Amino acid sequence: MADNKDIDEATGTDTTGHDWDGIKELNNPLPRWWLWCFYGTIVWGVAYTIAYPAWPLVNSATAGLLGYSTRAEVAEQIAEVEAQNAEVAAVLASADLSTLSPDDPAHRYGVAGGASVFLANCSQCHGAGAAGVQAGGYPNLLDDAWLWGGSLEDIEYTVRHGIRNDTDPDARWSEMPVFGDILSDEEIGQTVEYVLALSGQDHDAALAEQGLVLFEEQCTACHGDAGEGIRDLGAPTLNDAIWLYGGDRETITETITYSRFGVMPAWGPRLDEDEIKAVTLYLHQLGGGE
Amino acid sequence: MTQPPASPPSLYAAREPIFPKRVKGTFRTLKWWIMGVTLAIYYLTPWIRWDRGPNLPDQAVLIDLAGRRFYFLWIEIWPHEFYFVAGLLIMAGLGLFLFTSALGRVWCGYTCPQTVWTDLFILVERWIEGDRNARVRLWNADWSLRKVRLRVTKWAVWFLIALATGGAWVFYFADAPTLAGQLLTFSAPLVAYSTILILAATTFVFGGFMREQVCNYMCPWPRIQAAMMDESTLTVAYRHWRGEPRGKHRKAEGADQLGDCIDCMACVNVCPAGIDIRDGQQMECITCALCIDACDEIMERIGKPRGLIDYLALSDEEAETQGAKPRPIWQHVLRPRTILYTSMWSLIGVALVYALFIRSDIDLTVEPVRNPQFVTLSDGAVRNTYTLRIRNLTADDRDFRVMLTSDEILRIDVETDGPVANHVTVPANETMQARIYVIARPDDPAADAVTTDLRLWVEDVETDDRAGVSTIFNGKG
Ligand code: SF4
Ligand code: SF4
Repeated sequence: MADNKDIDEATGTDTTGHDWDGIKELNNPLPRWWLWCFYGTIVWGVAYTIAYPAWPLVNSATAGLLGYSTRAEVAEQIAEVEAQNAEVAAVLASADLSTLSPDDPAHRYGVAGGASVFLANCSQCHGAGAAGVQAGGYPNLLDDAWLWGGSLEDIEYTVRHGIRNDTDPDARWSEMPVFGDILSDEEIGQTVEYVLALSGQDHDAALAEQGLVLFEEQCTACHGDAGEGIRDLGAPTLNDAIWLYGGDRETITETITYSRFGVMPAWGPRLDEDEIKAVTLYLHQLGGGE
Repeated sequence: MTQPPASPPSLYAAREPIFPKRVKGTFRTLKWWIMGVTLAIYYLTPWIRWDRGPNLPDQAVLIDLAGRRFYFLWIEIWPHEFYFVAGLLIMAGLGLFLFTSALGRVWCGYTCPQTVWTDLFILVERWIEGDRNARVRLWNADWSLRKVRLRVTKWAVWFLIALATGGAWVFYFADAPTLAGQLLTFSAPLVAYSTILILAATTFVFGGFMREQVCNYMCPWPRIQAAMMDESTLTVAYRHWRGEPRGKHRKAEGADQLGDCIDCMACVNVCPAGIDIRDGQQMECITCALCIDACDEIMERIGKPRGLIDYLALSDEEAETQGAKPRPIWQHVLRPRTILYTSMWSLIGVALVYALFIRSDIDLTVEPVRNPQFVTLSDGAVRNTYTLRIRNLTADDRDFRVMLTSDEILRIDVETDGPVANHVTVPANETMQARIYVIARPDDPAADAVTTDLRLWVEDVETDDRAGVSTIFNGKG
């Protein structure tokens, strides 16, 4: 090939012989092994698309000879983790929560797993932080006020059967009459003043005095003599600082006039036994558990 | 367009084999020492023991990926202290800048693993197949029993070295004696074997066959180095003003007109890059300085001064051609640029050492729970929740008391109580998460304020060492 060498004068480098308006392309040859590597990558690329899912078809893509799929891999990983946890989950499912020690691995597993169960199933109403939504009447689960009790047993029962639903005959059931049909507006106003007084808020003392009579007639059966609430009936405490729907004059008037109560589905049929226990443990340790 | 030549030149070139000849001299000796020291460091470091007490590994240098710790002698680096590693990498970078601007490709010539292992492989090659001439003969010879025997022996020894190279690497990531036992009984993790094999394969191919091709075509470093070199940088160069015109026939007529170069090709024969330094500075030259040794030997033999090939700067060429004396080394090395690199390097070094000394062996982070910001309790008190992460960087379990300081009255309540109220025990060498509640009573100002400043503390019960973090308390306001 020495005969047809075309050397560029300025650099002393061989040229490819290509010439564009007097400009010549220098030839700095690439190492041959580099070329082979390049061919190798092409072969590898083609082989890869045959071995793995790659080519788009109308409704799917080629599956690849190796039968690999990321979805299957995730399923496998989930199954693996579940198998790893099977033992502790079984312990949790059959555990008596009130005697389960916080140092027990099943307890730790429950708290951690319960957080996920809560986020997936409960946070839609109770909020991701479990602080409830006052405007919707979804109770705050972090504080020390419980409509139906905050012991592990009570929480577990509530989760399992829910509140005021038609699907579970064992659901907890509370009922508050629509006092707008029973009392006059004036009477309701007097009762409201008394309820304000109960929780230590600003109120009209004269009206509240009359309200006391009405309260004893109409309300103490459920809310207790001092407005301390009765948990068996799901009747909230009225003499504390916590209000499910709001504790100002206007909201209380509305509550008494139209009555309110919440609904919660029964999670017994929807969640596994260990999930119910897990979410119970999780809720109990959020700061309000009894 | 003119007619292209009948058969166009090939755009690809096969590797030209290089047969570096043995050489003796100052730089060769220096390189043997550097090779010995660097290889010893690499192969032996994982085997050095370092007593850290019963709870921690006793390997002096260990990268514990699973436990997320880096142990280096008495220093133990946690993931949150990765800035130490970043700092060391920056120092390494600046160090390379410094050496490159002063001494050109000195990294390539002396300490790069590619150079060191290639040197080692060439040494093996010479032991088995003989020096340059014998190797050239063997290369050109037809395949025979002898050639096969020599080749197979050489490859076998190379492969053993390569295997040891890959083998040493994995010992940095696990307890070396344990892993060595597992490797021998075939019970080591699969990833250990695959890592060893991959590194063995690259060592074998790069050191045995690709050699200068790695530097010429694969390595990005020479491309970057060019940016750090200038006309005052020392590189290996040929004093053409002294050597030219070159000529072999010293007895022939007109020999007194010749320069000092006797065109013996000694410098070309020893060059591992396969180039002729007399053609001037070239991309392929890794400044291994072996041609200096080769030429010096010749100059001594023919009774001429040494240094026909020497460490020179481009600026010397001009000066010396005009008859100036060679400049002393320190004038090349001490330049604003190198001084700048040195001071940056030292500054970061000092900062790192300082950071190392002031770092405490307790570390506290506080994450206030912001959903919800506060919880009202039935008696009207306001409660905030905080998640504390307490790191115990020592090798013993430690008992901490959790405290708070604030201008306002606030009460603290630690959920993960130990037997004593508001105490947490953090196991040795671990991070523990503790949830704490801070409560303002209904009529304390903090309950109604928008925010109240406070500082949370953990204090070692025995030593009173403490760490604190400032945060805020959210009230109803
Ligand atoms: S060019 Fe790259 S591989 Fe070659 S010696 Fe220099 S740093 Fe090492
Ligand atoms: S020219 Fe000299 S310094 Fe450069 S690589 Fe070759 S022998 Fe080494």
